[in-house]
Amino acid sequence: MSANQQMAAKYKNSFLKEVEDQVEMGEWVKMCMQCGVCSGSCPTNFHPGWEHPPQEIFMMIRAGKRDEVLTSPSMWMCTSCYNCIVRCPRKLPITHIMHGLANYAHRLGVAPKDQPTRAFSKLFWNNAIATGRVNELKLSIGMYFKNAEGKLDIVGGIKKGMAMQGVALGLLKAKRLNPFELFGGHTCKDQKGIAAMLKKAKELEDQRKPLSQSGASR
Amino acid sequence: MATKNYAFYPGCSSQKGASASNYLTSVESMCKTLDISLTEIPDWNCCGASIGYGEAGELPRHVLNARNFALAETNLPGQDIVATCAACWLGAKESKERIEHSSQLMADTQEALKEAGLQIKVMPEIRHMAEVLVEDFGFDELGKHVKNPLQGLKFAGYVGCQTNRPFGIAGENFENPMYLDKIIETMGGEAVPYDQKVTCCGGALAFSEPDKAQAQIKDIIEAAYDGGAEMIVTPCPLCQANVEIYQGHINKKYNTKFNIPVLYYSQLMTIAYGGSSRDAGLDGQVIRAAKLEAIAK
Repeated sequence: MSANQQMAAKYKNSFLKEVEDQVEMGEWVKMCMQCGVCSGSCPTNFHPGWEHPPQEIFMMIRAGKRDEVLTSPSMWMCTSCYNCIVRCPRKLPITHIMHGLANYAHRLGVAPKDQPTRAFSKLFWNNAIATGRVNELKLSIGMYFKNAEGKLDIVGGIKKGMAMQGVALGLLKAKRLNPFELFGGHTCKDQKGIAAMLKKAKELEDQRKPLSQSGASR
Repeated sequence: MATKNYAFYPGCSSQKGASASNYLTSVESMCKTLDISLTEIPDWNCCGASIGYGEAGELPRHVLNARNFALAETNLPGQDIVATCAACWLGAKESKERIEHSSQLMADTQEALKEAGLQIKVMPEIRHMAEVLVEDFGFDELGKHVKNPLQGLKFAGYVGCQTNRPFGIAGENFENPMYLDKIIETMGGEAVPYDQKVTCCGGALAFSEPDKAQAQIKDIIEAAYDGGAEMIVTPCPLCQANVEIYQGHINKKYNTKFNIPVLYYSQLMTIAYGGSSRDAGLDGQVIRAAKLEAIAK
């Protein structure tokens, strides 16, 4: 059994407890009173693909529906607009719980593989930390030349690139897209320091979260 | 008034040749008039934005922001950090709040920072440029510098999400913040009634889920037209880009005829303060703001 599987076995009948220990702001889930204001306030709630609104996710966590929650694409629909947070009558940090659940599912490797926002998050973070600053050109190209599972897709990339041609030309003309970013671009000087610092942060996070007994991170 | 000094956090999108480079141009012009001195935090890094969470998790995100705090505090002691990007401001402020709230997170953050030879001794304040304008200057003071009022021009003040929620500008209402309308009016323009003022543009989902984001952007633009606006104004680089650059795609998809310029508050202010189109970075618009260019000095 892998470390993740051992972890999962231990929490088998206590998904709420698992969420409280492992998910950012997970200790707030029990406070939800199921009023549904978050769902009505979510800008992506009215689009297809939104399986479970937040209050449903919270109830599912309490009902122990581990697989349904962690494999759901719902958390990945979050646009980080924070409307749910400011409207929640119980002041649950819903945006952060959604991010936390998404991250936890991603860490466990059970998040939907074809989820485009999951792929974009990974691409964005790796792009940003590679030099300390985002390289917008590489980010866009990376996005268009990868399929939803994050694998290289030349044909799809050319198609998407063609569709985006007008947008790109407009930005080029306005000097808001620099083709030379492909060969370098803006970077931080102390990239070594940044890499070392983030490596340590990741180590500490791994210590505090998946391998901890309970709630040690807070 | 004496010169005001801030530790400046421009953010990735404001750099030369990046998607909000014209924002920075206009901020620099605006600050010249207001006698604001912005000193870049040396070697500042990305905040992780609101999309990094999926891959980054908790501590790495906070540590990334904490590096900027340590650099600011060491090199520019006593100065507030000022961000012009809504996501930079939000990301940094969120990390500051979390680190301060948890001694464990603080200890872990310091341990990680040590690897880069840094540490936080005093936690700096983190503010958005809009806060600086409203709180450190106030509308009366901002109005005193107007030489070229934006008379007869109609703007939809699109506040969006991240300068408004969850922190917002002190004293403002999440559902109907007024500071942007007041800036428009202080500059002599007209702020039209606008019922999508705080609607989300889709944020990073404009990349990953373009159909969903563009449906939201369509509503945002439609409401601006409904209110009689000639231009949209925003304080956020991602709002600006998302609402401006996909209008062609939206027109194709929804059979609309959108062609409305989307500007930054700092561009309006630069023009109202007597600056040129170039000073205001108006040459950086994908959809040119012809009416604003026409009155520019």
